[in-house]
Amino acid sequence: MRRISPWSTPALIGFAILITFAITAGPILLAGASPIEAYYRFVVSPLTSEVSVLEVLVSATPILFTGAAVAIAFRAGYWNIGAEGQLLLGAIAAAGLGTVVGGLPGFVALPIMLAGGALAGAAWAFVPALLRVRFGIDEVVTTLLLNPVALLLVNGLLHGPWRDPISGFPESQRIAASAEFPTLIDRSRLHLGFPIALVVIAIAWYVLARTPAGLRLRAVGLSPGGARFAGVNVSRTLFMAALVSGAIAGLAGVSEVAGIQNRLTGGLSPGYGYTGIVVATLGTLTMPGVLLAALFLGDLTVGASSASRALGIPSQIGAIVQGALLLTTVALLALRRNRASRAADPGAGGSVAGDVATGEAPVAAETSSA
Amino acid sequence: MTVAGAGGIPPALELRGITKRFGDLLANDAVDLTVERGEVHALLGENGAGKTTVMRIAYGLTHPDGGEILIDGTARSIRSPRDAIGAGIGMVTQHFSLVQPMSVAENLALGRSRGLRLDLREASRRASRAAERFGIRVDPAARVADLSVGQQQRVEILKALARDCRILILDEPTAVLVPDEVDALFDTLRSLVAEGLAVVFISHKLAEVAAICDRVSVLRRGRMVGTVAGSTDERELARMMVGRSTFGVERPVDAATVSAGAEPVLRIRGLDVRGPQGLPALSDLDLEIAPGEIVGVAGVSGNGQTELVEALSGMRRPARGSISVDGAELAGADPQRMMGARVGRIPEDRHASLIPALSVAYNLVMERLDDFRRGGRIDERAIADNAAQLIERFDIRASANDPVGTLSGGNVQKVLLARVLSRDPRLLVVSQPTRGLDIGATEYVRSQLLARRAAGAAILLISEDLDELLALSDRLVVLYEGRIAGSMSAAEADRERLGMLMAGRGSGKAA
Amino acid sequence: MSFLIDLLAASLRNATPLVYGTVGETYAERSGVLNLGIEGTMYAGAFAGFATAWATGSPLIGLLAAIIVGVLSGALMALMTVTFGANQHVSGIGLTIGLIGLSEFVNRLIFQGGELQRIEPMPAVSPFGALELGEAGVIFEQYGLTWLAFLLVVPAAWWVLQRSSFGLEIRAVGENPEAADAAGINVARTRYAALMIGGALMAIGGAFITLALLGSFTLDIIAGRGWVCVALVIFGRWRIGRGVIGALLFSLVFSLQFRLRILPEFAALPFELLLALPYLVVIAALALSGRNVAYPGAYLKPYRRS
Repeated sequence: MRRISPWSTPALIGFAILITFAITAGPILLAGASPIEAYYRFVVSPLTSEVSVLEVLVSATPILFTGAAVAIAFRAGYWNIGAEGQLLLGAIAAAGLGTVVGGLPGFVALPIMLAGGALAGAAWAFVPALLRVRFGIDEVVTTLLLNPVALLLVNGLLHGPWRDPISGFPESQRIAASAEFPTLIDRSRLHLGFPIALVVIAIAWYVLARTPAGLRLRAVGLSPGGARFAGVNVSRTLFMAALVSGAIAGLAGVSEVAGIQNRLTGGLSPGYGYTGIVVATLGTLTMPGVLLAALFLGDLTVGASSASRALGIPSQIGAIVQGALLLTTVALLALRRNRASRAADPGAGGSVAGDVATGEAPVAAETSSA
Repeated sequence: MTVAGAGGIPPALELRGITKRFGDLLANDAVDLTVERGEVHALLGENGAGKTTVMRIAYGLTHPDGGEILIDGTARSIRSPRDAIGAGIGMVTQHFSLVQPMSVAENLALGRSRGLRLDLREASRRASRAAERFGIRVDPAARVADLSVGQQQRVEILKALARDCRILILDEPTAVLVPDEVDALFDTLRSLVAEGLAVVFISHKLAEVAAICDRVSVLRRGRMVGTVAGSTDERELARMMVGRSTFGVERPVDAATVSAGAEPVLRIRGLDVRGPQGLPALSDLDLEIAPGEIVGVAGVSGNGQTELVEALSGMRRPARGSISVDGAELAGADPQRMMGARVGRIPEDRHASLIPALSVAYNLVMERLDDFRRGGRIDERAIADNAAQLIERFDIRASANDPVGTLSGGNVQKVLLARVLSRDPRLLVVSQPTRGLDIGATEYVRSQLLARRAAGAAILLISEDLDELLALSDRLVVLYEGRIAGSMSAAEADRERLGMLMAGRGSGKAA
Repeated sequence: MSFLIDLLAASLRNATPLVYGTVGETYAERSGVLNLGIEGTMYAGAFAGFATAWATGSPLIGLLAAIIVGVLSGALMALMTVTFGANQHVSGIGLTIGLIGLSEFVNRLIFQGGELQRIEPMPAVSPFGALELGEAGVIFEQYGLTWLAFLLVVPAAWWVLQRSSFGLEIRAVGENPEAADAAGINVARTRYAALMIGGALMAIGGAFITLALLGSFTLDIIAGRGWVCVALVIFGRWRIGRGVIGALLFSLVFSLQFRLRILPEFAALPFELLLALPYLVVIAALALSGRNVAYPGAYLKPYRRS
């Protein structure tokens, strides 16, 4: 008979959410609103009408991709902070390909877009990955620095060769109709990107949980020394994880271009790549967790903008909640790990994967599910 | 070297009934120790005897479960190195407490000055004064990382002296020194005690103990065996250190499984391996193991055993030399190739060779995941079957889905064994196989090793447990300071002889 | 010639936030903690400084507010990484996201997204005003905070880190916390101090942009400069002097590309490419010089006395 330990992962995430709401009550009060009412609007309101539920799914779509991308990398012990830039490169590829595939039928054009975006994202992840694996150069800094560069690339294209000749605005030409993601439900913005994201998550889950490559990746992230001892090629595993991560982040960019904007714009990503880090951490680096976390954060995003309209709370409350959520989650994970291991293994002090796996309840134990 | 004795002067350091447990392990069992002013007092014992633990307690790095510490006759509470330093105790550990990129003066100044102002000059002056008084020469501006090990040790000693310590504890100080440096150290120690300091000299090396120490206290398995004069016969000291055989452990009575003239499975020639700090850990090592032979390696840890296992595991590249298994040259090979050559490895750090967060079942197959796939996916059923079989066969008291990190030491070892033995290795490299295991698990592991031996595998067995080595080995070698100090067949081996070799006294040296 | 002088003057000016940020991050990393909260801290410092200056009419009080914000940010990072021992990468990112969100939130509350508010920026001063230095004199017309940075903060930061016992403790804690602990140093307290000082400096760097350089606050005001500082610290091998040189080089390239745009030869090049150049140069510098670099011994490792 298993008691639900207060330290089990779902309980821990629950606590993190509660503590976060306690912390964010401050700014809400500052804005002159009632926290209870605000939280109702954040969390519950979006789920009360069909239209807004669909909006939640739309909001969740890009961060499903980036959350999965970051989770895969972090799981291997590769600190990919560059999902934002990789997303933008995917968007560039999609916008570019989207204008030239006009003649082709949809079922040809769309895979081309996806493949192009994935390749572009992986390409953007290539150099930092190489530098890490070959020369031991910290990937945190290299992936991070490529984010502003990607944004500059986007802006450069938009102000230059890709500026829409018709409107003159700094946005690219509209992509061909066959390259657009079809809307799934009338009068909503829910587009093909959402099911594609679900498929990607399912595949990622499968690979991590059920294939030898996935098991090796998990092993490398948990104990690089033990993995190496057992004959796993740690360098190659890290490299592949980095590229796959970049590819999936690139897909996020494709999804935003093909599904929402239908062109490349400057404000394409309000930080989806960084939010992906929040999603991945909140989801404790597991694919089911990423799914839930992305939906939750999508819910919060929609809720935040509705709260801002109704209660006059600036919508940036969403970012505050994200940041606080990330901090409280990681703090609680660390406290749990400190409890679990008296003789602290210095290696486990670094990885979120290590934190997750040393929880007491078997829920997160790395036995078969990922 | 005068020894202050019963004459009204209280001992500089007295430990009464110090007891310390780590989980199930009783590291110190009511240890009593008295160290007088002006003496060099050796603390002798094998690994695991508890010498380092009891001194860490004296220095406040660990807290005892029982007992008390008296300085100059007064009981003191020592809960941290700060307290110890305040009580006049200084300690030089095996791993230097130095900040490598900093200069000598900066290291000496650490923890002394408060606040913003750094008086590097004052620290330098204080250091020079202490250096002159005790005859230690060191350049204050030099970067510690650029100094030789012997010089770094001198800085460590100076650190303690500059804090006005009256009791200096040295933990295996000569482990990292060359003979000239050892002489220099001894000169330093002599001048220290001439000034009235008390020096505690932790060691496992009989020659040095004889050369420098006034009195010797011997620890064995956490208990104080006795305190004798430094001039005591070495054989007697060795016997106190390793004791007599306690239970009658069976030696494989059956005829040797080694067939005469068979080609050796393992052949090591001229092996040089560097340790983690770049110092030579193994020097010009030669070793052969025939099929069906167990070669036991005796020696106090720190004499190259770890590096030998790492080199044979593919985790450390030798600087020079050859390692061949069944004729295939494997020096510098990675773990994959080692496993491919049917080398089974059971290192002493069990957790570093496994993935503690993963389940038993997964760890059992980690080395050969590709044998357990069906199409693109992991064959969970086959893994589970494999795990069930191995759990049964090797008597692992755990369920297949338990994370390995939650298993008891004995069961972790069985998992490692199972993983390795199920692949029918030709060469088994095993280090400390029964450390921390209960009797049942110990017997099991040993019987498994013997079974492999009977099946024709070559086994390299490294162990701190002399009983175990004597019981299991066909042949024994002793590793001392990275070389083989002696080699003998099981029939010729006895504890005293091994003890002497382990302590650096080769047979043939003057008693 | 005047091009060169103008370039130098601009480089010094633009280097100022990077200098503060790099010195601040150096303190943090020297104590063993990677502080990815730098981007958010600079941002919060920029906003807090601006808002306070706007409200009180005094840039100096604004600066003070920025410093307070920076200290609190550093303390929070220390709480996460030192006291809880949480993963440093994620903690830093969380801090950045939260601080940027909070700043923009308060910005909305106060200014309601209305028209751009301006304050009277801090003046540029030239100590040699009376003298006639001709064209070259332009180099010396720098903001007070720039003078402060190069003449006071950098040397003082260097001196404290290299020559004071406090700095010695920071460095020891970052290299070998066990040795520091054995020597009686309070590892946690030292790391807290390093992070709080670092945070204050980072916040000043951000405040410089709003209080002096621009006189106003816009979204995305830091634009990744915090990340550049992280790279510069590695490039500078965790030494103040080298880090500052890196900041100057980056700023030189940055200021250069602004001026190159005007020249006809470069008019065809999209200015974004030139803007990207400094970042790419930093990455290249890291690739070339960053191999097998000796990180501080205790980098990223939380310390628990075993």
